[in-house]
Amino acid sequence: MEILLAILVGLLYASGIYMILRRSLVKLIIGIILLGNGANLLIFLLGRITKGLPPIIPENSKVFLEAYADPVPQALILTAIVISFGLQSFAIILVKRAHKVVRTDDLDEMNATDEDS
Amino acid sequence: MISAILLGFLFAILLVFAGKFFKGKFAVLSSLIPLGLFVYFLQFIPEIMEGNIVKESYNWVPSFGVNLGFTLDGLSLLFCLMITGIGFLVFAYTSAYLHHHKYLDRFYGYLSVFMAAMLGLVLSDNVISLFTFWELTSISSFFLIGFNNTQEASRKSALTALGITGLGGMFLLAGVIVLGNITGTFSIAEMLNMSPELIKGHEYYTVAVILLFGAAFTKSAQFPFHFWLPGAMKAPTPVSTYLHSATMVKAGIYLVMRFTPVLGGEEIWNTTLIVVGAVTMLYSAFHSLFRTDLKGVLAYSTISALGILMFLIGMGTTESFTAAAVFIIVHALYKATLFLTTGIIDHQTGTRDVTALSGLRKVLMPVGIAAIIAAISSAGIPPTIGFLGKELTYEATMHAPIIATILVVGIVITKILLLWAGFVAGIKPFQGSLPENLKDTKMPGPFMWVPPILLAVLSLIFGVMPFIIEGSLIKPVVSALGGEAGEIHLALWHGFNTVFILSLVTIAVGTTLYFLLKPSAKLETAVGKLESASPKSLMEKFNVGFTYLSSFWTRVFQNGYLRNYVFIIIFFLIGMVGYTMIGNTKFNIDPSILSNVSFYELVVFIIMCIAILFTVFTSSRLSAVVAMGVVGLTICLVFVFYSAPDLAMTQFSIDTLTVILFVLVLYRLPRYLKIQDHKMRIRDGILSLMFGGLIAVLALEVLSEPVNTEIGDFYAENSYIMAHGKNVVNVILVDFRGADTMIEISVLTIAAIGVFGLLKLRLKRTDRVQ
Repeated sequence: MEILLAILVGLLYASGIYMILRRSLVKLIIGIILLGNGANLLIFLLGRITKGLPPIIPENSKVFLEAYADPVPQALILTAIVISFGLQSFAIILVKRAHKVVRTDDLDEMNATDEDS
Repeated sequence: MISAILLGFLFAILLVFAGKFFKGKFAVLSSLIPLGLFVYFLQFIPEIMEGNIVKESYNWVPSFGVNLGFTLDGLSLLFCLMITGIGFLVFAYTSAYLHHHKYLDRFYGYLSVFMAAMLGLVLSDNVISLFTFWELTSISSFFLIGFNNTQEASRKSALTALGITGLGGMFLLAGVIVLGNITGTFSIAEMLNMSPELIKGHEYYTVAVILLFGAAFTKSAQFPFHFWLPGAMKAPTPVSTYLHSATMVKAGIYLVMRFTPVLGGEEIWNTTLIVVGAVTMLYSAFHSLFRTDLKGVLAYSTISALGILMFLIGMGTTESFTAAAVFIIVHALYKATLFLTTGIIDHQTGTRDVTALSGLRKVLMPVGIAAIIAAISSAGIPPTIGFLGKELTYEATMHAPIIATILVVGIVITKILLLWAGFVAGIKPFQGSLPENLKDTKMPGPFMWVPPILLAVLSLIFGVMPFIIEGSLIKPVVSALGGEAGEIHLALWHGFNTVFILSLVTIAVGTTLYFLLKPSAKLETAVGKLESASPKSLMEKFNVGFTYLSSFWTRVFQNGYLRNYVFIIIFFLIGMVGYTMIGNTKFNIDPSILSNVSFYELVVFIIMCIAILFTVFTSSRLSAVVAMGVVGLTICLVFVFYSAPDLAMTQFSIDTLTVILFVLVLYRLPRYLKIQDHKMRIRDGILSLMFGGLIAVLALEVLSEPVNTEIGDFYAENSYIMAHGKNVVNVILVDFRGADTMIEISVLTIAAIGVFGLLKLRLKRTDRVQ
């Protein structure tokens, strides 16, 4: 499964970069989201995956009795997911706003400053 | 000693607050600072004469081995006395020269910063602090050259000077670091104590020498870096006197002298100095023939004098060191005098054009006396100290280690031309009849004419009684350079020998030349045509070319298109990481650590692949967003499979929220544009796939390395015992790393405020594009 996950991570990175390289702002945001997902999955994979052993201490014990998944990558990813949501929602609203003002979704057209146009 | 250096800086700071006081009639009081320092350094003479060296040391950056060490030996003392002595006269002179100038306080500020930096430079034992002070002199010189900052020529000259001396500063920094690596110390005193063979035999010896020469030659205006100095004459005359003739330009000389005992004696050292010095002295002495601006004549003869000094140091004999030490004093005295008298002429008549000036002795007699004595000293006519300097120079050159005959011819020609330059600057304006338009010229105040007289009189006194400086200055300098101080005996009369004949020839030919060749504007324009091949215009062309290259570079790499930046960054990332990985990639994952693939997982994998491809290739925005949602949800399933329930929950809610937000906003946006051509898509596709592949391979490589779970184990063991929580991930977030989470929440709050602001923002009609 690790190999399949590595392929998935690669695919997410590739698609993310490809979307970022497009001219449309919406595609740019989708690209960033895909890239973010890829990064999360990469951290998850590199923290070593363990099946069916969540890092939760059993009901009647004070310590783990058997093996458990490493909690540190999970804590990192949880933070990353939440933060990236902040970024995404801000970006989405920004695109909406920018579109309302300049009436374009094309990054190249947004490039022109007042002096050029 | 450190307080002596700091005094100048403190005075400059004081001027910020008390500038008004020193701008008015009390301006001359500021000269008490250099005078006090001069007296302070004078009292060291007896100690230095006995051969002692005064040392002070403070911890500065002990972790880097950088200590603020100061050493006062003969060489430093000579420079300190010049800096403070001429500084005193220049400070006093300025009070009259820039009388009631609007920015006189600034001027004094720059000047005292310079003085302090220069003192620091010649007293530093640590090469790093030497470099720092070196740069400070360049910077204060920049401000002083550009003092008349309303004139374009001033600003341009200031920039040229800063560019050249700044380049030299970079050489110096690199040079002292190399030197530090060779010797393992940054202290000059410790370098002197090492065996010279160890340094000179080191493989980086040549590199260090070349770098230090780069610094010295730029600072001391040696060919082909000399051109900033004539430009620096745009500065007010006191600055030219002080920085660009007497002290700062001699910093390069000082540097070479200081390192002569450490690095000198090798062929590369001696030959380079002799050749560069000789070329400089001849080239610029010759150039001074074609100037009509008095300061131009003086600038080129200064460069020539600096060339002579390099040349003398390069010969590396006790005789030549003595000649150099004497010539430094000679030159400082007569050149400062000539600059000061030129300043007076300029100030009182309003012109420096030597062809328009004559007969000024009738109106500026005391100034004329000073100028004529200086001219005689520069010509090397007895009984001035200039004669002594010239005799010693000839004597040393005749005993030069290489090609002595050619060098003698060179130095004699240089001296003849310098004699001409000195006469033009010191005698020409005062001889002949006074033109009608200069009849009303008035004598300036005593603060202006007394300093040049003092300097001129010193030229005479030292000439008649050379024993005054012999023991106190010259011998300590020569022994600081590694020469045999005991052999020195200065005297005006050396006997009737070859040197004396050469002197007579010099004086005779030079005087004849003076009467035959008058400075004329015609000659100046004639030689101006050769300007296009001079180092200055080559440098300017290089600058223009460099600007073109930079703007080309910017147009290509910084063209303002986001995707272009991303493309280049990713491209180089792939290139560099890929290059490292070729040959280092092992692909030896232990199959036993891999988990099996179950049916559900395979299905999830396939769904995710399809969803990703769909997101990328669909032409509908809505389907792209939905497919992206599917990607998020399948990742959520991966989290479920592999023991991360918290992640699964978070991913699920966030993914849903994102999709909803997207869909809400989306209907306001225009449709996808189909703009890009196929070529572009294929290019981007290949790059993206390579990048993805790289990440995948990297991930697999990391998996083949053992993992360290120490941190995770700590949290797991202490989760309940210390924090009384059983869900370890939650405990990490809200307890162990609670502060981080709080900051994360604030970030989210800021984002939320931003979103709210953007939604509620109402634009004025004019801001909208119709």
